[in-house]
Amino acid sequence: MARVTVRFFARYAELTGCESAAVSIASDAATVADVLARVRESVPGAQQLPARPLAAINRHQVRLDARVQDGDELALLPPLAGG
Amino acid sequence: MTHLTREPIAVAALLAAVQGDERGGTCVFLGTVRSDDHVTAIDYSAYDEMALAEITTLLGEAHARWPNARVTLQHRLGVIPVGEASIAIVAAAPHRDEAFAACRYLIEEVKQRLPIWKKELRADGSATWVGQPT
Repeated sequence: MARVTVRFFARYAELTGCESAAVSIASDAATVADVLARVRESVPGAQQLPARPLAAINRHQVRLDARVQDGDELALLPPLAGG
Repeated sequence: MTHLTREPIAVAALLAAVQGDERGGTCVFLGTVRSDDHVTAIDYSAYDEMALAEITTLLGEAHARWPNARVTLQHRLGVIPVGEASIAIVAAAPHRDEAFAACRYLIEEVKQRLPIWKKELRADGSATWVGQPT
């Protein structure tokens, strides 16, 4: 069982109406994509997230096939627009 | 000095952090909010912890590439009115070429890599996320 804190920013936070959500995944080989699928099922408004959003685990950008572990923070990042 | 602030950017403090007697060239880049398309302000938000980590990495990269230069930057968050700076980057080096190069490097990387987002606010009350299709 992996418990992951998912954080939403900017437009994604507006779509979901929240800044974070706790998600549990039964598999011990879960990926970012698996967590994303669970988020779409369980967080209202998350169906509107893009199919392949930018993601970061514990503040490092990762691909959607990256593994998640119990206690990770998964951030879903809209297209970056600093400066 | 913090690299993320919710107050107006104090450029003099940034300059004081990089200038020195052996550095004869100082380059300052300011990014300011434009009035395009009736925009009156931009609301900047960030994933603060990741942005701070990434800024530290960027400054380290600049230092590795231009060891004689000293560089720093500050990004402002929150609602920033037209004409005010959202970012300031300063680079001081013995000669101008290094200062310009380090400054240019940092602003280009900031735009590619910092988890920061902007929402354009208009006088009619409308608002648009930049780069995020609705």
